[in-house]
Amino acid sequence: MTAVDERPAESAEIGKARRRKEDQRLITGRTKWTDNIVLPGMLHLAMVRSPFAHAKVTSIDTEAAKGATNVVAVYTAADFPDGMGACANAWPITPEQVTPDHLPMVTEHVACAGEIVAVVVARSAAAARDAAELVDVDYEELPAVLDAKEALKDEVLAHPDKGTNKSAFWRLDSAEAGTGGSVDEAIAKAREDGIVIEREYRQQRLVPAFMEPRSTVVDPTGEQVTMWTSTQVPHILRFLIAATTGMPESKIRVIAPDVGGGFGGKLQTTPEEFITLAVARKLGKPAKYTETRSESLLSAHHGRDQYQMLTLAATKDGTVTGLKVDLLANLGAYVAIVGGGVPVLGAWMFHAIYKFPAYQFNCQTVLTNTTWVDAYRGAGRPEATFAIERLMDELAAEVGVDPLEIREKNWIKHEEFPFVSVSGMTYDSGNYEAATARAKELFGYDELRAEQKQRRQSGDPVQLGIGVSTFTEMCGLAPSRVLGQLSYGAGGWESAAIRMLPTGKVEVITGTSPHGQGHETAWSQIVADRLGVPFDDVEVLHGDTAIAYKGLDTYGSRSLVVGGEAVVRAADKVIEKAKPFAAHLLEASVDDLEFKDGRYAVKGTDKGVGITEVALATFASHNYPDHLEPGIDADATYDPVDFSFPHGTHLCAMEVDTETGASTIRKYVCVDDIGQVINPLIVEGQVHGGLVQGIAQALWEEAVYDDNGTLVTGSFVDYTLPTTADTINFVTDNTTSLATTNTLGTKGVGEAGTIASTPAVVNAIVDAVRDRGIHDIQMPCTPARVWAALQSAGSAEVAQAQPHFHEEAANNADPGTTGEGSGS
Amino acid sequence: MTRITVTVDGAKYSDDVEPRTLLVHYLRETLGKVGTVVGCDTSNCGACTVHLDGRSVKSCNVLAVQVDGHEVTTIEGLATEAGLHPMQESFHEHHALQCGYCTPGMIMQAIDVLNTHPDPTEEQIRLGLEGNLCRCTGYHNIVKAVAAAAKAPGAAAVSSSKVGD
Ligand code: FES
Ligand code: FES
Repeated sequence: MTAVDERPAESAEIGKARRRKEDQRLITGRTKWTDNIVLPGMLHLAMVRSPFAHAKVTSIDTEAAKGATNVVAVYTAADFPDGMGACANAWPITPEQVTPDHLPMVTEHVACAGEIVAVVVARSAAAARDAAELVDVDYEELPAVLDAKEALKDEVLAHPDKGTNKSAFWRLDSAEAGTGGSVDEAIAKAREDGIVIEREYRQQRLVPAFMEPRSTVVDPTGEQVTMWTSTQVPHILRFLIAATTGMPESKIRVIAPDVGGGFGGKLQTTPEEFITLAVARKLGKPAKYTETRSESLLSAHHGRDQYQMLTLAATKDGTVTGLKVDLLANLGAYVAIVGGGVPVLGAWMFHAIYKFPAYQFNCQTVLTNTTWVDAYRGAGRPEATFAIERLMDELAAEVGVDPLEIREKNWIKHEEFPFVSVSGMTYDSGNYEAATARAKELFGYDELRAEQKQRRQSGDPVQLGIGVSTFTEMCGLAPSRVLGQLSYGAGGWESAAIRMLPTGKVEVITGTSPHGQGHETAWSQIVADRLGVPFDDVEVLHGDTAIAYKGLDTYGSRSLVVGGEAVVRAADKVIEKAKPFAAHLLEASVDDLEFKDGRYAVKGTDKGVGITEVALATFASHNYPDHLEPGIDADATYDPVDFSFPHGTHLCAMEVDTETGASTIRKYVCVDDIGQVINPLIVEGQVHGGLVQGIAQALWEEAVYDDNGTLVTGSFVDYTLPTTADTINFVTDNTTSLATTNTLGTKGVGEAGTIASTPAVVNAIVDAVRDRGIHDIQMPCTPARVWAALQSAGSAEVAQAQPHFHEEAANNADPGTTGEGSGS
Repeated sequence: MTRITVTVDGAKYSDDVEPRTLLVHYLRETLGKVGTVVGCDTSNCGACTVHLDGRSVKSCNVLAVQVDGHEVTTIEGLATEAGLHPMQESFHEHHALQCGYCTPGMIMQAIDVLNTHPDPTEEQIRLGLEGNLCRCTGYHNIVKAVAAAAKAPGAAAVSSSKVGD
């Protein structure tokens, strides 16, 4: 099928590189960040946090702090006998999942460093912080378990009362589900007469590290409470405050003002939010809490942290016959809001763009005494994409062909869409050939391969490697019925409303909650086209539960494909609703009207009336059809029928200095197919930012704990975000096959860059040194790690690095030679 | 408490401050200049960058008492009645911001880079902005915006002394 035929008619706004409406306040310093909010009589909070990863609180002495100048109160959990709400897990992946209670403030048991044991309330943030130092807490230290593999042994328990560290086990098996064959049979057959590749990859722990530290202001005005907070999920937060504190939902207003980045890191309902709420209510005074960066790195949730055990079976010519995935995911101290579900999202993605006949995905989640882990840009899908794209390179090396050739052999051809994957997902559209051809051309693939060969032959100390990543992802979370089947605690719909103001201006209310994505601009473009009104006449309102009264917020690249579709449907309802009014004004029959470019015209005449004129006429209501109520505003709730599946081909050239281990990015090209582009400028920005976050996982970032469970990367000195000096300019382009599951044909783009780029970079580094017997380098591929790999290359240690998951089974792929590329 | 007198964005202020008060907190909490923001506690992020007598400084790394008798320009002092500063324009034009949290500091630092290198190479821009972190943009468009601003008249010209005149 060629979805291109269904492209919407040539239109003025969609596809235009509109400069963003959001920018004016952001470039002039007029932004409304939560921490900018000052209310009369506002008090400031400082948290007293456990320095220990695992401990029992034996006593807390708050007297000295209480006596400090300008301190109003010091509270511990004991001061809130009715509790202060709870940090909920919204997605238990199995009914038996072990889910420790996660209360905002510790009563006795500390399960990770940074947990809050007391809160100081003072006239200024500085006074609160000073006094927090005076709170004297006695701890009885307990042994801590930090690493997922250690946790699996159940020798040291993160929550001794639970009796186990194992939280849940989740499986998807294509034979059982009837979507494919038996993976064990495929592997057994490949061991006899084919290729078996077994690898273990590590997805290191990362920190989302949004630039705006989290901040919450609560104003308890009489019975009602307003909370401003730096969140991606104001609606979900409001619901969970009501559900866990017993406050009537109608008394709670949550506002996400300007929010400085999230990347998944702000989709949590946090202890700090619940504590600020409880303190403000207890004192009847507005209260503010703003975290320091060190607190943010320690106590805002982390991402990734998985071990991936992978077995790929193929025939000798490189046709994949099966993939088995055994995932071990470290959830940290608690099962965060969707923490248990994030690794499971990989279940539908490990087979990526390929036609694997058999597949099995197993996921074991474990609890440890570390910061809780949840969604970070991509959430489950980058991990899966990394694994399969690394494996496809390994397979190419084993067969002795170009990595693009092995992918093409196995991928879904463009004429095969819609295609039902081995995990049962229906890929609606795509064209991997087109994206790859364009990427190769922009990259100069053949020339760079020639240069690589030449450098290899001449023994250049700086070797060139080329990394490929042909990714897909599923986004647009999510059809509510699918979420129901997965026991997810909410639906996946999104809502929008359109108000036609009498002066001809249009207000769009969206349930999505942007924090950098440019929804105000993109939604304006969509509505301008749909209603035929000027772009500048559209105002987009969001992020306030009293205004955008219904919504499920922004995460999982859902805003455009789900929220944007709701906007389209609300606009279409306005057009339908206004039609009888237009007919009445024109003294024509509804059937004779057609709507185009903002006007209802009587077919075959030059008579017509603009939709904004209808808005004014219904406002005056002097003259309208008897059987109608005056007004043409409309709202819509859209429940997606399916996910959307953007894809793309990313090519990365890395130069690796074999004498120092340092690697530099030489060139990066990506061609993404994200369906209909609403605003190419915004899309490009999303891709650039995503790329750098993915590249950062490959090269620089890692959250590291010492043996005692202290986060040693607890500041920006040690947690090394990339800078301008580390990065390069990118070459980006798009090919287009429209999504068939929404009106505009859009797919998500927010996470694509992050999902695709990590394996492209690591594949490039490994490709540069593969001829020396290296077939993997653990992320982040720091110079020290690359150098160490080069030093031990060819030694017995490297030769045995190939894991054998089934020790009794003979591994047909000779471990001594799989690292040697075309030689084997 | 120590009395300081300081010109900020062209207006003269006099206040008693605690000696330990950081410039960024003086700007935000005493003057209400919340356009300048805090992104870290280790002087790494550059979100708090302002100009002190025409040169960029990280205002979390300067004590309020140190600016006594000096001139400070923040992001809020850049635009004039005539319109936005060319660097602000260029950030808008080239989509050099997403969430915008790094933007005030980034713009102030970018102006400083052009003050030093009126006709910068890409490398000079990249090295000049190295102390300012952005998590959203991947820097591509920021570098592009600064390079484009260098070509615009008046992009490097603004300094606090000019504004203060
Ligand atoms: S706040 Fe980060 S450098 Fe000043
Ligand atoms: S635009 Fe968000 S941190 Fe730079």
